[in-house]
Amino acid sequence: MEEFAALIDALVYTRSRNEKLRLIAEYLQTTADPDRGWALAALSDGLDFPAVKSSTIRNLMKERVDPVLWTLSRDFVGDTAETASLLWPQPDAQKTPPSPPSVSEAVAALQGMTRISVMSELPRLLDRLDPSGRYALLKLATGGMRIGVSARLAKTAFAQAFGVSVDTVEEYWHALEPPYAELFAWAADGADPPDTENRPLFRPFMLAHPLEETVVDLAHYAAEWKWDGIRVQMVHVAGETRVYSRSGDDISHTFPELVEALGVPAVLDGELLVRGSHQGGEKGGAASFNALQQRLGRKKVAKKMLAEYPAFVRLYDVLMLDGKDLRDLPWSERRERLEALMPRLPDTHFDLSPVVEARDFDHLGQIRESARDDAIEGLMLKRRDSPYIAGRKTGLWYKWKRDPLLVDCVLMYAQRGSGKRSSFYSDYTFGCWDGDPDDHENGGAELLPVGKAYSGFTDEELKKLDRHVRHHTVARFGPVRETDKSLVFEVAFDSVHESRRHKSGLAMRFPRIHRIRWDKPAHEADRIDALRALIRD
Amino acid sequence: MPAPFSWIRPEPHGIHVVPAECWIDPSQAVSQALVTHGHADHARGGHGETVATPATLAIMELRYQTREGAKPVEYGETIRLKGGVSATYLPAGHVLGSAQILLEHAGERVIVTGDYKRRADPTCPPFEVTPCDIFITEATFGLPVFCHPPIQEEMAKLLDRLAAHPDRCILVGAYALGKAQRVIAELRAAGHHDPIYLHGALEKMCRLYEEHHVGLGELKLVSDHSREDMRGAIVLCPPSALNDRWSRRLPDPITAMASGWMRVRQRARQRNVELPLVISDHADWGELTRTIEEVDAQETWITHGREDALLRWCQLHQRRAKALALVGYDDEDD
Repeated sequence: MEEFAALIDALVYTRSRNEKLRLIAEYLQTTADPDRGWALAALSDGLDFPAVKSSTIRNLMKERVDPVLWTLSRDFVGDTAETASLLWPQPDAQKTPPSPPSVSEAVAALQGMTRISVMSELPRLLDRLDPSGRYALLKLATGGMRIGVSARLAKTAFAQAFGVSVDTVEEYWHALEPPYAELFAWAADGADPPDTENRPLFRPFMLAHPLEETVVDLAHYAAEWKWDGIRVQMVHVAGETRVYSRSGDDISHTFPELVEALGVPAVLDGELLVRGSHQGGEKGGAASFNALQQRLGRKKVAKKMLAEYPAFVRLYDVLMLDGKDLRDLPWSERRERLEALMPRLPDTHFDLSPVVEARDFDHLGQIRESARDDAIEGLMLKRRDSPYIAGRKTGLWYKWKRDPLLVDCVLMYAQRGSGKRSSFYSDYTFGCWDGDPDDHENGGAELLPVGKAYSGFTDEELKKLDRHVRHHTVARFGPVRETDKSLVFEVAFDSVHESRRHKSGLAMRFPRIHRIRWDKPAHEADRIDALRALIRD
Repeated sequence: MPAPFSWIRPEPHGIHVVPAECWIDPSQAVSQALVTHGHADHARGGHGETVATPATLAIMELRYQTREGAKPVEYGETIRLKGGVSATYLPAGHVLGSAQILLEHAGERVIVTGDYKRRADPTCPPFEVTPCDIFITEATFGLPVFCHPPIQEEMAKLLDRLAAHPDRCILVGAYALGKAQRVIAELRAAGHHDPIYLHGALEKMCRLYEEHHVGLGELKLVSDHSREDMRGAIVLCPPSALNDRWSRRLPDPITAMASGWMRVRQRARQRNVELPLVISDHADWGELTRTIEEVDAQETWITHGREDALLRWCQLHQRRAKALALVGYDDEDD
């Protein structure tokens, strides 16, 4: 655990990507199995121990530290694991000298814990560690390190450590489970590669870059709509079917109707949507993301759900078909194969994402502007001669999102952020007026919250916003500060919907701070009515 | 007869000593200011009269280029103010010249600590625990997560890293008044006698410390030297220069920062710090709570910092306490 804790600390304080890669690679080269496999799992996908949750740590701490002092500390530090590592009462070193467990010993102990035994067993592990060790253990135990290392970076470090290709690592990755003994045996000791044939494995997605200012020639790029659903991969092989989300999570149980619908041996890429009738009135159209949300994250699906929100996949690529890997073929050829495949798939659950035809790039821009379907987020541009390559390779796929909607809102509440923004007031709730604030004769107007945003500002702006919050606080509710409602944000968002969760009756999608209007008086901010007028579904 | 302690009044811009018509560490210009120490947020310029220790007045003269209205008072010395108030300056252990101010009026004793710490510091005399009725304490590091390790451990961390990278330099961000000189003095105490290189903004304050008999060893200015000269050396700069263009002239610097905030990982990351050194001139949680117990005043008032948690601690320990909302103190740079 000491070496792993030292690695975690070094990674936290390292800025350079190359140095991070070097640190991880060195650890993987010099650490024995299975410790290094568990460490790799922790740094990439994260480990899951059902008995240890963030709330477990909170409960353990509240037995040892005054709950108010715990909450104030957690709020300041912005990270439960780190706060606990700092506040854990260190046992007397004379009586119990630290005897840190190995990573595998810790993992085995964590796996063996139940929701009840965790309350006595986790403390015993923590007592054996110093603050850095406690931090590493708690991070490992609760999954998601959040130390500036992505899964891709960890895999790249693995590839560098043993001189193998990261794309091959990605290909094998989903066939294996922590602590990845086969992967190390293959990469480090030259053993046979893991078997990926005849298994319903996830293949890493090809991803797009934002188009920004780039102009492309439509002779080389094809355009498709960018659908506002969730990206899925459907796999059928050897009689088994899986639905994978963008992150490679198996979500088959959430969409049983799709699992039943695919009988062709294939790996398909597409957008999962829910049927809706009100999208442009077109038969077979898709409902807004709001409708799809009803279906997401459910372990069991009621019949009523299946009937009210039937899911289907709008296909745009085929990676494998009838046992053949098509990923090296150019997009245009894969597209032909996909079109030819469609008659073999039930049209109740699959349709084809059409290619958008345009005379030239300007014409395409006009088509993008005029798209009013709420299930459309914008356009995708795909290079016609490009193979299907995992990850985000420059110049092959672009996303060209529709311009966002804008509205002026007033800052109402602020809360501290976590991670890199810990201790800064960086999470903002803002509102719009429920009437005319200048109509004093009729009592003016009230602000009603319409959304929350955490992004869209620079680090410099964050410092100014943090100072504004501190100097304009009128009340505190635990970690939340209410401000004097004097600052206007121009908020950008993708769409707005009816919602019962907010008093205003509205909810925005992807709200972010577009501009901070230090100059604009609060009474000139927009009214709820103006926001409501932007509802499209 | 007036209510007890009505003669001392916390106001947004400082602690008002009403019968004496003076303020302690006011954030606005006043006719008479009692100043605890030389940090800019406590020692503002433009007062009619400034009562402070000779070292604090020297620091203020360096910053504001004037001695007008300066009224020196030595540690342990008591001066009489208007309205039957007397003030005694006692060491606070924060930085050179830093003082707690003991105010007495009508048989009542109030101490304003300014900023303080309880750890040994080779650059200033230690904090003196003094009995009083009301103890007005700072709370910069008033959260139980703050526990400053022994400074020798942090020095060892710095020197180990230096030894491991003889071709690079370590750039240490340190507050120009107090922190920089303490780090240098502690490096000397740890046996590091190589020249230490300074950012220009630190030079004058280091000279001032030396004039006050704090030995700092051989100091050189970065601007007088080449990149080659500074390989394997320690370089000090103000925190604001850490990620500045200025540091490009240094040989592949490792960024360090000496601050109590470095105890929290994300704070170090926010500053792009690679080598966090947990060194503070403020009392940590343990020192704050121990001091409140040792001083054992009837009432504790808590100013600038994380008042909420210290207030809670006082409640849990059946101590009368309240938080003062003073503005203008900037605690984020320590």
